[in-house]
Amino acid sequence: MNQHVTPRLNRRSFVVGAAALGGGLALGLDIPFGGPQIVRAADGSPEVNAWVVIRPDDTVVIRIARSEMGQGSLTGLAQLVAEELACDWSKVTTEYPTPGQNVARKRVWGDFSTGGSRGIRSSQDYVRKGGAAARMMLIQAAADEWKVPVAECTAANSVISHKASGKTTTYGKVAEAAAKLTPPADVKLKDPKDWTLIGKGVKRLDTADKVTGAMMYGADVTLPNMLNAAIKDCPVTGGKLKSYDEAKIAGMKGVKKVVAIDGTAVAVVADTWWHAKTALDALPIVWDEGENAKVSSASIGKWLAEGLESGPAYVGNENGDAKAALASAVKKVEAVYNYPYQNHATMEPMNATAVYTADRCEVWCGTQNGEAAFAAVLEASGLPAEKCEVHKLILGGGFGRRGQTDYVRQAVKIAKELPGTPVKLIWSREEDMTHGRYHPITQCKLTGGFDADNNLTALHMRISGQSILFSLRPEALVNGKDPATFQGLASSGEATIGYSVPNLLIEHSMRNPHINPGFWRGVNVNQNAIYLECFMDELAAAAGQDPLEFRRKLMSKNPKHLAVLNAVAEKIGWGSAPPEGVYRGLAQLHGYGSYVAGAAEISVIDGTKIKVHRIVASTDPGYVVNPAQVERQIAGSFVYGLSALFYGGCTVRDGRIEQTNFDSYNSMRIAEMPKVEAIMVPSGGFWGGVGEPTIGVAAPAVLNAYFAATGKRIRSVPLRDQNITFA
Amino acid sequence: MANLTINGKSYTLDVEPDTPLLWAIRENAGLTGTKYGCGIAQCGACTVHLDGTAVRSCGITVSEAVGKQITTIEGLASDNGLHKVQQAWLENDVPQCGYCQSGMIMAVAALLKDNPKPSDQDINDAITNICRCGTFAQVREAIHAAANA
Repeated sequence: MNQHVTPRLNRRSFVVGAAALGGGLALGLDIPFGGPQIVRAADGSPEVNAWVVIRPDDTVVIRIARSEMGQGSLTGLAQLVAEELACDWSKVTTEYPTPGQNVARKRVWGDFSTGGSRGIRSSQDYVRKGGAAARMMLIQAAADEWKVPVAECTAANSVISHKASGKTTTYGKVAEAAAKLTPPADVKLKDPKDWTLIGKGVKRLDTADKVTGAMMYGADVTLPNMLNAAIKDCPVTGGKLKSYDEAKIAGMKGVKKVVAIDGTAVAVVADTWWHAKTALDALPIVWDEGENAKVSSASIGKWLAEGLESGPAYVGNENGDAKAALASAVKKVEAVYNYPYQNHATMEPMNATAVYTADRCEVWCGTQNGEAAFAAVLEASGLPAEKCEVHKLILGGGFGRRGQTDYVRQAVKIAKELPGTPVKLIWSREEDMTHGRYHPITQCKLTGGFDADNNLTALHMRISGQSILFSLRPEALVNGKDPATFQGLASSGEATIGYSVPNLLIEHSMRNPHINPGFWRGVNVNQNAIYLECFMDELAAAAGQDPLEFRRKLMSKNPKHLAVLNAVAEKIGWGSAPPEGVYRGLAQLHGYGSYVAGAAEISVIDGTKIKVHRIVASTDPGYVVNPAQVERQIAGSFVYGLSALFYGGCTVRDGRIEQTNFDSYNSMRIAEMPKVEAIMVPSGGFWGGVGEPTIGVAAPAVLNAYFAATGKRIRSVPLRDQNITFA
Repeated sequence: MANLTINGKSYTLDVEPDTPLLWAIRENAGLTGTKYGCGIAQCGACTVHLDGTAVRSCGITVSEAVGKQITTIEGLASDNGLHKVQQAWLENDVPQCGYCQSGMIMAVAALLKDNPKPSDQDINDAITNICRCGTFAQVREAIHAAANA
C-alpha cells in the first residue's frame, strides 16, 4: 500500500508484505467485502473489508481509490466511510490501494478514475456500504465474544457497547475476529437526516505534510541510483523526430544516455535533472514537422467560422421549429462568440518515475486515473499485469490533465533503455505548456427571435469546433458525433439547459484541428455557459427587460435551476442599487449533476481595467459532504475560470502552441482575488459534483457585469486580447 | 563543488556554480520541499530565504548563494515546533493540492518578519505566488491569523 502522506518507496509490495507476515492471502478471491480468510495490510493489520483496516491501537485506515489532487475528495470519501463505520474520526488515516492490487483483486475498489467531478458522487454508494458492512462485522465480532445477541450491541466512536451487561470494547480489539466473519449480505445505509459526519466541514486529512515540505509529489520521488530525464516532443503535434546530434552533448557533465521515443520525442538522461535539461537544450534536434506546421490560430478560426454557416451539424437539443420561428420573428438578435484553447498548467509539471527490468516494471507518479496509468505501463513495458505496478502519489494539481498517461508511457520507454536503473522524467514548464491536452477551441453563433410582445419564441445555437471525445474517447461518440459538446445545453441528463424556449435548436459542427484536446476543469460548460448566459443577457437587453426577470420567465419548468439563481440574486441584492460605480452580472448552469449560479459585482476603470469585487455563488449538489471543502472548490474554480478568462488562451503559430510559460500564460494572484460568498442549498435525493460546475458561471457573470458597466459586449476570450485586464 | 549553508547546516555539493539554487537544493542537497514550477521566477513555488529575504531560487545561481544563510521550508520550523505561518496554514486548512504552498509559506514568513501586521494591500503587493487551485482566500485569512498569533 502507498501511504498517501509519506509514500514509502522502498516498501515491499502488498503481496510480499502479507506473505512475509504469514497472513492468509485472499488475493484474487472475488469477495467484495473481505471473506473468511484474513487479508492483511502491509503492516499486518487486518482488513475488515477492502475499504477498512483497523490497527490494534484503534487507528482506522480507510482505503481511497480516487486520486487526491487538491479537490479534497480524499477527506470527503473518508467521511463517507467513517459515517457508516461509526468510528472515531480523530483516529482515521487513509491510504491508496495500488492499481496492481485492484487488478489482482478483481477490482474490489472499483474505478480509480478521478475526473468529471465524480470522485464522491460515483463512489458514495459503495464506499458507504463498505463502512457500514465493516461496522456490522465489528459489532458481530464483539457480540460473538460476549455471547450476546448482536441486536443488543451498538457502536459509536469506535467503541462497541452491550448495554444490558455494561460491556464495552473497541474496534481495534475485535478487528481480527471481525475480519474472519462472512460479510453481511444486506447492508442498510443511514438515512441522510441521521448523518453526523457527512455534512460537517472537518479539516482535510492531508494538510500536515503540505506545510512542512514533507509531502512527496511525483517530482520529489527519489530512488537509489536513480537517474533523471528531460524530454522534448516534436513541437508540432503529428510531426516526427528526424535526427539529433548526440555527439554535440557527449562530453556534457552528468549525461548518461540520449533516448528517442516513438519516433516523435527525444530525452536526455543524466545524473541530475538540471544536467539532463541543460544537455537537452544544447542538443541539436531536427524535426519533420509535417503538414500541421502550416496551421495557425487564424486558419483554425477561419475553419471554425465556416462551420457556423455551412456543412453538416449534429443536433443536440431540439424542440419546435427554431428556423421557421426565427424566419417569422418580429425581432431577431444574433451574435458570434468564441472560446480558445487553454492549458491546464498544473503547478507540478508532468512527471513520472519508472524502473524496468525484464520481469518487473514499476512506476511512481501522480495520476488522475491509476488504472489507465497501469494500462500504459503494461503497454509501454510489454509486461503482463502481474509484473507491473503503479504507485500513486498526491498530485500537484490535475484539473483533467493527469487523466492522460502520455508522461507515464514516456517514462517507461526511457526506463526500458536503462534496465534496472530508476529514471525520473520531469517535463520542463515549457514542455508542459506546449504539449498539453488543451481545453478545446470552439465558436458559437446564437440567434434569438421575439414576437411582437417581446416574448422569446426561438433560440438557435450553432457550435463549431473541437470534440474532446473524438480524440480521447472515440468509443463514446454516437455515430461519430459528440454528445458531450452539449454539456449544460442538453434536454435531459446531468447537464441540462435551464430555459424553456418554444422553438429551440442547438447543434454542433465538429471540426478537429491537430492540437490535442483534453478534459480541462469544467470541460464544455466553460464555453457553453459563456455562450448561453451572455446571450441570454443580450436577449434580455434587446427585450428591454431585467436580466434576472427575463431568465425567470423562461425557467418555470426548471425549479432547481431557478432556485440557485434566485439564491444568488437575493444574496447579492439584485434589484437594489449596487454601490456607486459597481455593476452586476448573473449566470447559471446545470453541470456534473449540480445546479449552480453566480452573481458578480465589478467596477470598470477606463473600459479596460476590471476590478472583480465580489462573486456570490450557489450550488445545489444534492448533498454536501464537506461544506468547508465545497466552499474552497467554488472559490478555487473561480480562480481557474477567471485566470482563463483574463489571462488564458493558447494560440497556434506554425502548428505549435505559442505560450511557453507563466510569463505568456499568466494566472491570477492574490491581489486579483474577489471576495467569494458561497451558498449551499443541497436539496437531496441526488448526488452532484462539486469541483467543476461552478467554474462555468464565473466568466459569464463577470462579462455580463462588464456590459452593465460599459454597454459593451465581450464575445471573445481571453480579455488580454482586447487589452482588458484586472484592475 | 560549492559550499552552501542550508537550514543552518553546511553542505559541500558537487554542483556547478551557475546551477540554479533550486536544483542544488532539490537534487544535490536532497531537500525536495522546495518546488519547481516555472524556472523563470514567475510562479514562486521555489521561494526560499536568502539571509532572511524571500527569493525565487530558480532565478539565482549557486554562486550567488555561497556564504549566505539559505532557509528552505524544511528549515522553517524550530525545535519549539512549527513556525507560526505553518501553524496558521494548518489551522485555516489552507492547502489544496499543496504544491505551491512551500513557496507561499516562505514568502509569507519573510513578509511577516519585515511587516508583522500587514494590511490587505501589503499582502497584495508582497505575495505574488501563483496558486492554480485558488487558495487565495484561505492564504489571506491565514496571513492575518499568523500576524495576530
